[in-house]
Amino acid sequence: MKTDPAGVLTGAHYLDGDFACGEGAMAAGCRFVAGYPITPSTEVVERMARRFPFMGGTFIQMEDELASMAAVVGASWTGSKSMTVTSGPGFSLMMENIGLAAMMETPCVVVNVQRGGPSTGLPTMTGQADMMQARWGSHGDYEIIAMSPQSPQEAFDLTIDAFNLSEIYRVPVMFMMDECVGHMTEKVVIPPAEQIEVVPRRLTKKPPGEYWPYQLNGNCVPEFARAGDGYRFHTTGLTHDERGYPDMSVACQEICVRRLLDKINKNADQIVRFDEEQTDGADVVVVSYGITARVARMGIDLARAKGVKVGVLRLIVVWPFPEKRIRELAGKVKAFVVPEINYGQMVLEVERCAGGKAATIPVSHGGGSVHDPQDICEAILRAAK
Amino acid sequence: MSTVTAETRVAADQHPIAPYLRMDRMPHIWCPTCGIGTVVKCYATALEETGVDLDKATIVSGIGCTGRAAGYMKLDAFHSTHGRAIPFATGLKLGRPELMVTVFSGDGDLCGIGGNHFIHAARRNMDLLVILVNNFIYGMTGGQNAPTTPLTARSSTMPYGNFEQPFNLPHLAASCGAPYVARWTSLHIRRLTMSFKEAIQRKGFRFIEVIAPCSTLYARLNKLGTGFNLMQFYHDNAEIRHGADTRELDIDFQNKLICGKFVDRDRPTFLDMMRNHYTKVLGDKYVPMPPEGGMIHEPQ
Repeated sequence: MKTDPAGVLTGAHYLDGDFACGEGAMAAGCRFVAGYPITPSTEVVERMARRFPFMGGTFIQMEDELASMAAVVGASWTGSKSMTVTSGPGFSLMMENIGLAAMMETPCVVVNVQRGGPSTGLPTMTGQADMMQARWGSHGDYEIIAMSPQSPQEAFDLTIDAFNLSEIYRVPVMFMMDECVGHMTEKVVIPPAEQIEVVPRRLTKKPPGEYWPYQLNGNCVPEFARAGDGYRFHTTGLTHDERGYPDMSVACQEICVRRLLDKINKNADQIVRFDEEQTDGADVVVVSYGITARVARMGIDLARAKGVKVGVLRLIVVWPFPEKRIRELAGKVKAFVVPEINYGQMVLEVERCAGGKAATIPVSHGGGSVHDPQDICEAILRAAK
Repeated sequence: MSTVTAETRVAADQHPIAPYLRMDRMPHIWCPTCGIGTVVKCYATALEETGVDLDKATIVSGIGCTGRAAGYMKLDAFHSTHGRAIPFATGLKLGRPELMVTVFSGDGDLCGIGGNHFIHAARRNMDLLVILVNNFIYGMTGGQNAPTTPLTARSSTMPYGNFEQPFNLPHLAASCGAPYVARWTSLHIRRLTMSFKEAIQRKGFRFIEVIAPCSTLYARLNKLGTGFNLMQFYHDNAEIRHGADTRELDIDFQNKLICGKFVDRDRPTFLDMMRNHYTKVLGDKYVPMPPEGGMIHEPQ
């Protein structure tokens, strides 16, 4: 359906990635945000706190990130599209209720404007070292969706997609920005509201008494009943049956958790998203995401000037990972070069999917700045040999 | 001891509060003589007697013995994470302001791991009815020390007796700004039900502490006898003192239990404060979240 025009600031703007992300959320119909201040992410909620009173939205600054994430899960059960925003240390605290959101199958968006870690790390400087945490950070087995924008324009566009994916699959979507994209100011074009498609909450049409919260109805994702509509449903973070009742059996665990994995993994082809360029006939493919994808461009140009055939694969949806495409390319290219602002996270996934058919060369960077493009160029030249 | 000569049982579905419970989840997990079930009964009775719209009544629990209460109530019910019932409930209330939201959980959950949320929700005067069942111990995990365990009482992690000062919960709530604060024991069925009814009809952060027996762990570790002995103790040692100074409500081991309604005052809720403030500073441009929530609907 079309979005609510009240949240859409149509026009061409000069915005940083944080503001653009906030605008994307409002354009997507987000009307509840709970957050706790943390650099370099706070501008997202500052923007929303300023604009929400004009569109029926509520922002609350909670006492910590544990509370913020819990409030987001609670609010989403009313049908209000809900989001929280943080950076690494806050992301760690949110993991408890990200797990709850995954287990209760609660649509919501968690924005992480990444900075250098571990611990307090580099509060105002960039990093991309939370990529594995985005996938595995809470305990137990579950799957989420994660996205990574490379520009303020994408911060706007992909935030809308993040909300839509969270609704379709009833999962928390991790919006993995980095400080550079968050604080980079560029032109952002916001289309008219009638051009913005949003996915509404898939409310059940069954009457109360015939509805169970985790019963499937022609889809691997159950229909939703929101609090206050008379369904008197029960939901829990415990392993539960289709009624939402706790069931501590091996059989129920298998059904309950298996579906949390399957609903993402079996739909990975629909969810996976990446940009590809000049991979046909390439000797080396550079796999990257976020700000590093833009820095890598210069390294790629330098290498191409020396005659190397370099292709590009930029991850837009990071999780689920484009496993199939990497496997295909692994049979054709000599090597993958994977620059990222960490000591090797997504490169592990590239290496796994390459399965030894192509070399995988990490270009690590501990954070605090972006790569020197020369380092990426040299890695490409090494890979091409 | 009296002897039960003939067992009379009411059919489960004929129990007076059956319509408020998930009878398909019975039997519950609570031990014989546990006080939590009594508190649930009083709450259900209060719902019935106040005639609230049950479709708009939601209940949130955290984790622990009392944390199972939400799961047995036939309302929109959320069994959330340990300590986070209050912020979860905050999201529900702000996401759909017309909801009546009750938090029903234990002392360890709400004031141990969830203590920070408790004080901030009271400070904001978030519109939540908070029912805290205090059994002085972590029951679900096997009798560990709680932030409410009285000095010298034994727990599995204070095997030689507790040496940490416990919370005085009514004082904590009152000093953070809660507009309604009461304490009862699970023996005070009539007064507790009346207190629930009164609180249901009030607004803001309403806090009711209910002292309840844990005979399996607290009584056993402290050699206090059976559930019956604990109820006898409440009978002999509870003293009703409405309006008592909340500074004087500490609970000492096997000593006087001051009960009653200590605070009952008007104070604007978080939502009142927010709406009034935005109306004042933004005027007609302010668009509050509709009572039914911020879910966007297909334009008509």
